[in-house]
Amino acid sequence: MTAAGNPAVATSAGRPLAGGRRLSLDWLGAVPFLAYVGLFLLLPSAIVGFGAFFNADSTFTLENFGHLSRSYVVRATIDTTVISAVTALAGAALGALLAYAIVTGSPNGLLRRLVVSASGVLAQFGGVTLAFAFIASIGPAGFVYLFAQAHGLDYYAHGIWLFERSGLGLVYLYFQIPLMVLVFLPALDGIKPQWREATESLGGNTWHYWRHIAGPILFPSFLGAALLLFANAFSAYATAQALINQGQPMLSQQIAGALSSEVGAVEPGFAKAIAIEMIVIVTLVTVLYSLLQRRTSRWL
Amino acid sequence: MTERSGVEVRLENLVRRYGTVTALDGLSLTIAPGELVALLGPSGCGKTTALRLLAGLEEADGGRVVIAGKDVTGLPTSRRNVGMVFQAYSLFPHMVAWENVAFGLQMRKVGAAERKKRALEALELVGLGRVANRYANQMSGGQQQRVALARALAIRPQVLLLDEPLSALDAKVRARLRDEIRRIQLEVGITTLFVTHDQEEALAIADRVGVMQSGRLEQLGPPTLVYTRPATPFVAEFVGLTNRLAGTVKGGAVEVRGVRLPLVQPDIADGPATALVRPEAVSLASRADAEEGPLVGAVLTVAFLGAVSRVTVDLGDTTVLAQMPTSAASQYPAGTKVRLELRSDPVLIQREEPVATAS
Repeated sequence: MTAAGNPAVATSAGRPLAGGRRLSLDWLGAVPFLAYVGLFLLLPSAIVGFGAFFNADSTFTLENFGHLSRSYVVRATIDTTVISAVTALAGAALGALLAYAIVTGSPNGLLRRLVVSASGVLAQFGGVTLAFAFIASIGPAGFVYLFAQAHGLDYYAHGIWLFERSGLGLVYLYFQIPLMVLVFLPALDGIKPQWREATESLGGNTWHYWRHIAGPILFPSFLGAALLLFANAFSAYATAQALINQGQPMLSQQIAGALSSEVGAVEPGFAKAIAIEMIVIVTLVTVLYSLLQRRTSRWL
Repeated sequence: MTERSGVEVRLENLVRRYGTVTALDGLSLTIAPGELVALLGPSGCGKTTALRLLAGLEEADGGRVVIAGKDVTGLPTSRRNVGMVFQAYSLFPHMVAWENVAFGLQMRKVGAAERKKRALEALELVGLGRVANRYANQMSGGQQQRVALARALAIRPQVLLLDEPLSALDAKVRARLRDEIRRIQLEVGITTLFVTHDQEEALAIADRVGVMQSGRLEQLGPPTLVYTRPATPFVAEFVGLTNRLAGTVKGGAVEVRGVRLPLVQPDIADGPATALVRPEAVSLASRADAEEGPLVGAVLTVAFLGAVSRVTVDLGDTTVLAQMPTSAASQYPAGTKVRLELRSDPVLIQREEPVATAS
């Protein structure tokens, strides 16, 4: 005991508080991250959310949210959701197969290193460059199309689908599949070979293993990864804008349209209301993803 | 659990190669019904390969696996009716304990109510009825391995295979679970192959111990025989500690530092050799007896091991380990001059070239 009868216990760095406790300064390490999230995620979201409640005259209104029921916005919401869901599921299925092919090989093998490196690059490849790559290769003047046409295969015989929703979906798969590989690979790595051997020693076969063991264990990860892919496609803008600038099927394009209308009807408040709609949907998806990840982390 | 009698298991001349490496080099082993045989050896000796061939998890390049008189060499694991406990925790993480145990019964198309009943019985057998509804991540390592044991036994296999099931556990849990496994094995009466690199584990649990090296069985016998009458220098050195003392073989005995010791193989040819002497065959005379001579030296260290202690004595040209009760060892602190006495147990001989016999 000290003379004051109040010993300070130094458990971590920081300022002593009354009673000998010290204020932990551990949170200081999180300041850069919190500052980043605050400045580039929360603040813009708050500005958008706040702005959605005002019209061009800066008067408070709920009218912007009422405009979300306009037929072309509803249509874009449905189209964006469908394209995102289809590319997410297709990307998840194909990416999962590719990831599985990788984990069946050597953990430090050349194939794995190559695919993972390539996926890291390709998952970030999008926008105008990606759209141009597709136009220049399989587009109506692209070398692949010309080659195929010269050999009797005209895949545009029933219309140039590349510049429609199906074409956009194909282009999205270009970054969805590698993203799935990156996200799903750790889950596959967590599968223990002993589980298969235990299944076999207990009388099960390959089907039983996938049906009762590996499938249920991987399913939350698969679903979570598919949700991430959905959010990824849902929020994409530049690729869609570069490929399809007629009709603007995606919600993100509707925001751009509301901000820079060629007929002069600029509606920033409405654009922000659409953005809020997107934020709500992506947030819901992200929360679901987190819940699934939490469940999976107990198993893998 | 239903009582059952074990079946005979025969591994006949099993060969397994990985590229140019021969993991099993003509292994033959017969396990009697209800017997527990422990395969013991260093990493890479082929013990796990033998177990995996018996389980059907790998294919043999030669030889046969016979269970209960039936050749199962070509059968997949799922049709061999073997229960297996793995080294790493292998419980299915998305199932609670009783569901894990019931899984094998589900594969055998046992009805839902019956398989839950039998799963709970199996968990009771391993003393874990109270954790039936816990997931693997809610159980300790020891509990997980006991559930894995219950899972392996619930299908009522003909053979139980244990692949270093205790190696991931801490010492206290390991010793307790080892005894538990033996109790259950005797209770169930199942033929068991236990693979381990831990000699204490093997000697404590097995009816017979098989010591392996380079894909071959060096010796197979009861634990006491393997320890006290090792068949080869490798067994002598691998199982327990051994002093290597220079000596001369002459007339069916070996003379080590002036003491004649009988030989395990008395027909060895005369000549210089290294005698392998157990630490417990070495004792220390009292300080008063200390004098000059080939067996007189100074205590270097005393290692306390609980009931016994291990004393290292420096004889000048070599050091010798002596093992004795701690109460006796406490009389010889480091630096004490002592005289060693060698008990006249039969010893093994090691030579650079293969041990030659006189005939």
